[in-house]
Order: sequence, then structure tokens, then C-alpha cells
Amino acid sequence: MFMRPTAALAALFFVSTAPLALAADKPTDPQIAHIAYTADTIDIEAAKLAIKKSKNKEVVDFAKDMERDHEAVNKQALDLVKKLKVTPEDNDTSKALAKAAKEERAKLAKLKGAAFDKAYIENEVAYHKQVNGALETLLIPSASNAELKSLLETGLKIFQGHQQHAEHVAGMLK
Amino acid sequence: MRPLLLAPALALALSASPAFAATIEITIDKLVFSPANVQAKVGDTIEWTNKDILAHTATVKGGWDVMIPAKSTGKVTLKAAGAVDYFCRFHPNMKGHVEVAP
Repeated sequence: MFMRPTAALAALFFVSTAPLALAADKPTDPQIAHIAYTADTIDIEAAKLAIKKSKNKEVVDFAKDMERDHEAVNKQALDLVKKLKVTPEDNDTSKALAKAAKEERAKLAKLKGAAFDKAYIENEVAYHKQVNGALETLLIPSASNAELKSLLETGLKIFQGHQQHAEHVAGMLK
Repeated sequence: MRPLLLAPALALALSASPAFAATIEITIDKLVFSPANVQAKVGDTIEWTNKDILAHTATVKGGWDVMIPAKSTGKVTLKAAGAVDYFCRFHPNMKGHVEVAP
């Protein structure tokens, strides 16, 4: 493995439901801000694709909820980094997240109808599970600024709700 | 009987003049309705204060649907007696319960 631990961690996103291992090198606040913003943006992009492609009301409603909530969280994150005068810093975790998301979007773009709905929702369950795991075990414990930590904790509550919502919709699609 | 949830002074005032409708306050913080269970009477108003950065709703299936924007409030005046379960349409795992006495 030539990957750095953080990149290896991020590579787990999307492809595995195995518990996340703790990265040896803790991300800094500017990196955490970048990871959080990237993770949010990925879910907004996926939601936009689902709103465009899906004909299932439950799926479209869920996607609209994702778009609305993640945009609200991102706005808070941007306001906070501005206030703290922190410049979000790109890093291996963000890059790996963005790469995996691009692949997932390409996969989803080829699917239609019920197959799309199922793949989108299942990915939403897995994605939120992974992001929540990363927030709990890595990002929140690593954040040194109290306001950033608090925003991440709020984000965790929100995304745990999203995970339950996604699991509920996934159950309905079966 | 007035609900125990109200401030004692308010409860006293209301029990002395039962014609006045009460306002029952519920806070939303980090996707939780608090208190989740309230008791009210027909004519009372429920007011939700949303501390979250997200919009929420208080929705009863086949009943009221109150929008509660982020960092804002929403309210409903109770018109019918009975117990109702409500939830947030945007976050269906958020749930609350109101018992409305006639």
C-alpha cells in the first residue's frame, strides 16, 4: 500500500461497510473543514442527480431533503471558516472522497428507473454510515476549534437522521 | 386540569380564567422536539421554536402541516380534540405527540 492512512481511510467510503480504522495522522482544522465541505457537496450532487432522474416520490422527496439540509450545513460551514479566517485545505481524504464520488455518479448515471432508485438509496445509506463513522471517530475528536467541533457534532446529528431516513426509504423500495 | 408543563403562575392564571387559550412552547434542537409529548386543550396554540440551521415541519398525517423555518418559529391553533402524532416531513425520524382535551 502506497496510500497514506487518510487516503486509505477515504478509500473505504463507498466501497466497504467495514468499520473505519482510525488514521494515524490526525487532520488539521483547515483539512477537516475541507473534508466536511467536500462530503456535503458530494451528497448535494448525488441528490441533484436523483431529483432529475427518479420518478419515485419517496426517492425524490428524500433527495430534496438531502439537498436542502446539506446546503444549509455547507452555508454554516462557509460562514464559520470565514469568521475563523480559516482557509479550507485540500488533502488526500478530500481527494479520495471526490474521486470515489465521481465514480459513483458515473455508475448511477447509467442506471434507470427502479434500478437507479435502489442504487441511489443504498449508496446514501452506505455513504451516511461512513461519513458518520468518520465524524465520530476521526473528524470530531481531531477538531481543535470549539465552534468547528460543535458544527461537526450538529452535522453528525443531522446525518444520523439522514441515515435513518435513507434506511427507511431503502426498506420501502424492497 | 391544566398541564403540568406550564409555568405555575401561568397555570394558575389559566385555571382561574379557563376561557383564555394557552400557548404551549416546544423547542426543536438538533432534530429533537422537546418536550416530545404535550397536553393541550382545544383552542390552545402550540408554538415551535426551531434552533436548528435546518427547516423543519410539524405534520400530522391528514391534519395540520406547520412549516418551521431554520432559526425561526411556527405555530398551530388546535381545533379538534383527540391525541395526534406528528412528525417532520423533512426528517421523518423526528416525532412528537399532542393530547388535545376538549
